[in-house]
Amino acid sequence: MGVLTPLDRPNSYIGRSVPRPNAKRLLAGRGRYVTDITLPRMLHVAYVRSPYAHARIVSIDAQAARKMPGVRLIATGEDLAKLCTPWVGTMDHFKGMKSPPQLPLPIDKVVWSGQAVVAVVADTRALAEDAAEAVYIEFDELPAVVDIDAARDPSAPVISPELGSNLCFHGKIDTGGVEDIFANAAHVVEEEFHFGRHTAVTMEPRAIIADYDVSEAKLTVHHATQTPYQFQDIYARHYGIPESSVRVIAPDIGGSFGMKLHMYHEDMAVVGLSMMLGRPVKYVADRIESFVSDIHARDHRVRARMAADTDGNILAMDVEDVTGIGAFSAYPRTSVVEGNQVYRLMGAPYTFRNYRADLQVVFQNKVQMSQYRAVGHPVACTVTERLVDMIAEKTAHDVFDIRSRNMIADDAYPCTSPTGYQFEALSHHACLAKVKAMMNYDGLRAEQAELRTKGIHRGIGIATFVEITNPGPAFYGVGGARISSQDGAIVKITPAGDVHCSISVTELGQGTETIIGQIVAEHLGVDRDRIKVMTGDTDTTPYGGATYACRGAGIGGETALQAAKKLKANVLAVAAAILQDEPDRLDVQSGWIVEAGTGQQRIELSEIARIAYFRSDTLPPGTQAQLSVAHHYAPQGYPFAFTNGIQACHLELDVETGLVKILKLWVVEDCGRVINPLLVDEQIRGGVVQGLGAAFFEECVYGDNGQLTNGSLADYLVPMAVEMPDIEIGHVETLTLDTQLGAKGVGEAGTAAASAAALNAINDAMKPFGGTIAQVPMTPARLLKALGHI
Amino acid sequence: MKARAFNYVRASTVVEALKAFEDAQDDASYIAGGQSLVPTLALRLQAPELLIDIAHIPALRGIELQGDWLRIGALTRHFEVLSDPLIRLHAPLYSEAAPHVAHPAIRNKGTLGGSISHADPASEFPAMTLALGAELEIAGRDGIRRVPADDFFVDLFQTAIEPGELLVAIHVPVVRSGHRWAFHELARRRGDFALVGCGILAEFSGDVVEHVCIAFFSVGSTPLRARQAEEALIGKKLDQVAIAAAQAIVGDDLNPPEDEHTPPAMKRHLARVLLGRLLGEIARQDV
Amino acid sequence: MSDLVNVTMTVNGTEVSHSIAPRITLADFLRQTLELTGTHTGCEMGVCGACLVILDGRVVHSCLTYAVQASGAAIETVEGLSERTAIADLQEAFHQRNALQCGFCTPGMLMTAHALLSQPGVPTREEIRDALSGNYCRCTGYEAIVDAIAKVARDRDAGVIAQASEEVGAWAC
Repeated sequence: MGVLTPLDRPNSYIGRSVPRPNAKRLLAGRGRYVTDITLPRMLHVAYVRSPYAHARIVSIDAQAARKMPGVRLIATGEDLAKLCTPWVGTMDHFKGMKSPPQLPLPIDKVVWSGQAVVAVVADTRALAEDAAEAVYIEFDELPAVVDIDAARDPSAPVISPELGSNLCFHGKIDTGGVEDIFANAAHVVEEEFHFGRHTAVTMEPRAIIADYDVSEAKLTVHHATQTPYQFQDIYARHYGIPESSVRVIAPDIGGSFGMKLHMYHEDMAVVGLSMMLGRPVKYVADRIESFVSDIHARDHRVRARMAADTDGNILAMDVEDVTGIGAFSAYPRTSVVEGNQVYRLMGAPYTFRNYRADLQVVFQNKVQMSQYRAVGHPVACTVTERLVDMIAEKTAHDVFDIRSRNMIADDAYPCTSPTGYQFEALSHHACLAKVKAMMNYDGLRAEQAELRTKGIHRGIGIATFVEITNPGPAFYGVGGARISSQDGAIVKITPAGDVHCSISVTELGQGTETIIGQIVAEHLGVDRDRIKVMTGDTDTTPYGGATYACRGAGIGGETALQAAKKLKANVLAVAAAILQDEPDRLDVQSGWIVEAGTGQQRIELSEIARIAYFRSDTLPPGTQAQLSVAHHYAPQGYPFAFTNGIQACHLELDVETGLVKILKLWVVEDCGRVINPLLVDEQIRGGVVQGLGAAFFEECVYGDNGQLTNGSLADYLVPMAVEMPDIEIGHVETLTLDTQLGAKGVGEAGTAAASAAALNAINDAMKPFGGTIAQVPMTPARLLKALGHI
Repeated sequence: MKARAFNYVRASTVVEALKAFEDAQDDASYIAGGQSLVPTLALRLQAPELLIDIAHIPALRGIELQGDWLRIGALTRHFEVLSDPLIRLHAPLYSEAAPHVAHPAIRNKGTLGGSISHADPASEFPAMTLALGAELEIAGRDGIRRVPADDFFVDLFQTAIEPGELLVAIHVPVVRSGHRWAFHELARRRGDFALVGCGILAEFSGDVVEHVCIAFFSVGSTPLRARQAEEALIGKKLDQVAIAAAQAIVGDDLNPPEDEHTPPAMKRHLARVLLGRLLGEIARQDV
Repeated sequence: MSDLVNVTMTVNGTEVSHSIAPRITLADFLRQTLELTGTHTGCEMGVCGACLVILDGRVVHSCLTYAVQASGAAIETVEGLSERTAIADLQEAFHQRNALQCGFCTPGMLMTAHALLSQPGVPTREEIRDALSGNYCRCTGYEAIVDAIAKVARDRDAGVIAQASEEVGAWAC
């Protein structure tokens, strides 16, 4: 027998690796995704899309298509505009930000290639596609605005003339003193970085079924989304349906990663089509449509420099970020958040105080760009960490030494970053030390030197990072967006003594329902297998923010914890009345009311429930058992719960071919309280691999005319099993004191720094050849260029 | 992403298949494994009126040694190419290339004949057909004809197979003692179409190269032989000098198209690297 | 429009007959006609591997096969393998190792794993990764899937060895 730990207490689930109960049905092929759902009399929609990046719509001829077999409705932008009010993707706290109004389908012009123009609804998807081929749209092509520099040129065509220019937002941060520091610094390094556009590629494409019941004027939407409440609000407001008559159900979701929380034109149109037809209408984006309509992310060009003194102490950073976001800002979260996080997260792990940054967010004729996993983080992390490595090289410091010299000390918290972020408590030095030991850094360096003599070129790269999690209302609410930062839970005890918890955070496969079950079990005092957790239905769960920005564990978990404690107090009040004892002398363990302290069993929870529900006549007069509680929790302390960590990448570069074998990744991460190590580690691994995708494979490549040239799964490369390494994970746990649970977020940490670590490792491998690279993805062509072969 | 409507007929003999094609007035496609065809139909890049399923025609099956030639039925699936002992022994470049052809599930359905007649310039099997000096047996209205691989690959996705004709079998001259071979491809991910790939079959007389066939793929509109590099090796010992000479000239043999992701200069560079590695490997096979 | 054709095949051990349009893929036939929604379609062009099924004993993309082509064949889907408990150990190992998140790729992963482990021998991690080269997963980063398959491979091998030594033991007595 081993030593007893806190995990050996009864119902002690927090901190325990337990598998996900809801994974079993997925393994048996019994998942229920929106793509699987068929409703009676359901119709299917296909869209006729624009072949041009920028064009006027001259005319639409759907005569022939209307007569095609199985066709039920052909709708245009004008038809839907009669039902749906326009939306604008701006938030007030981004001063000066602008974006044009949007409609489900355009009326007079198209602004990106692949934009849906006409909806064709038919009995089957195949028949809808047949008819879509017979819709004739005459376009008058306009010059496409593609390049971020050309877009800002005063002579450039303006995509939305009413806005005056193609600039969506211009932000500046300046602490002062930067110019002087750079003028006098012993060392200045600078680089121009390019971050390719990439996209989420969820395994299940976007899918939605809108079912409008004309008889009751009620709308039910089965929607593959991570934020059902947000869409309930949007559908109600823009279609003029009372909120209580709109129900959004998010069943099993085949991947989301932030992509499925934005308003998409096709999805909004489906609601209107169902209202026009009075029948359920289903839309599933096929993979080709996904590439031209799902949000893209990143697409930044960053010119940055860093100043240091002779000893390698970093003094200042100066950054200019230009990002292209498509023809408008996404709704309702805007397309400025990524740039905003890029220019505010720069240099976050380090002590320097002087910082200047300029952010320009630019409209262009491409698919909308918006939040996707680790919003802005990989950009800020890569720029910062590459510049730190360049300072290390200039000052002859090892990459670990330069960081430990410059990182904020673990005992220096709380503190504030030059960009205004408030850090409660981070652990950079502890993480740095831990990863160095885990990877056997000195051994790897020795091996690297030896292998170089044999013509084998390995690289070692590290990247430290800070991640934004658990955002409070300062994130969206203050900007006027109706996106909740609080969550709600209803926890109830059934007559059999089982527990039912419905909660507003949602399950995307990351394990929300599992950890909520663990938390409720531990804090209520029941066995985990007696708890059922329900999520993803606006009719049956309390209102909340759901899942975004790594808030499920930290905010949703705290909501569940407080709700469970409240319910436990109610249970003990009833139990005390029955047992003629004092509530504070009692406790609940493993479904029994026990004596606090001794743990001696007094009465089973199911017996309390039986009496409360069926024999309330036996309770003392005036006792009303409250075996259900509803509870909400909104963060009130720090605006965000920042987390931190470090990643290390070891790889081998074939210097003749530019092909890379990633040998191993190490991550040390501090997400506060780890509720379920198994799930946390797999979140990190999955995140790392998406980051490595960005580093080596993923890029939405556009031609000069605004056409996406690799918009299929055969041409857009995502990381696969053979090319991905094993990933070793360690933890440091610095709890947030803002909550009783102490948990922060973890879902995006893997993605935040993987590409930065990889880029540093590649530059390390190329050192003997003098080449460098500052662009992701690091394709063989780009690496061969950096190596001087082509 | 649903195909346009089509009709379907399952042929049980070659004659029946040819007749069905003729009856459809050429608005038809043969389908065997369908691993390349079905996606083009799903994307509506092609929309034949009729699909003629040839997967159940016994005459297109079988792997058989016929004297100095190995006859491989066109319906031989990729996984069979990978594991068949006769192919391993007599046409080894097919076996070596097979693990690089897409992924296990594709190899379970895709056929050798389908791959060769589809003639994707980035595919392994068409190029190995060149390297092995195979002959293609084609059935048409006028009967059977055999076309040497060198005359078979005409242009991008175009072969000597005329509309309505059917590839029946691949005949490979068996490798003999004195033959050495090597295959490799450079791909970004396992199973992806290669950036550049190459198979080499060389015949030695002692340590001198008597005959060599160097077939590249993913470097032009068809799989192609590096004729000048071959010339540079014939009659030579396969030493560093000879290899360098072949590498120096191989770029001229290739005709890679303009492509932003893999520019021609990159293809030529990779071809030089690959050729050097493969020839080095063949040199080391000296026993 | 095309003519409907009759297709008859054995699906998960049961013979089914339907009159369908030739353009219907096996994936859509399974999912829509037979309501076997455990088979998923992620790309409809044979890339992602979510739609893998077993056709006459070999794993194939059901999106790259028209249902008419499969007439006369025997098909097995994740539902069938689950019901006859052929992959119960794989499912358990995936569950314990959390080798799935959203679960959309999982039936395809199980098909590949089942086929791989039906071969003799114990595959190495590299061989497992190679076998998975056509199975996309966006959630897990693959390592947990490799771990789960490797565990079952070892367990099955140990089981075979245990069984073999039992037999040897019985014979020796």
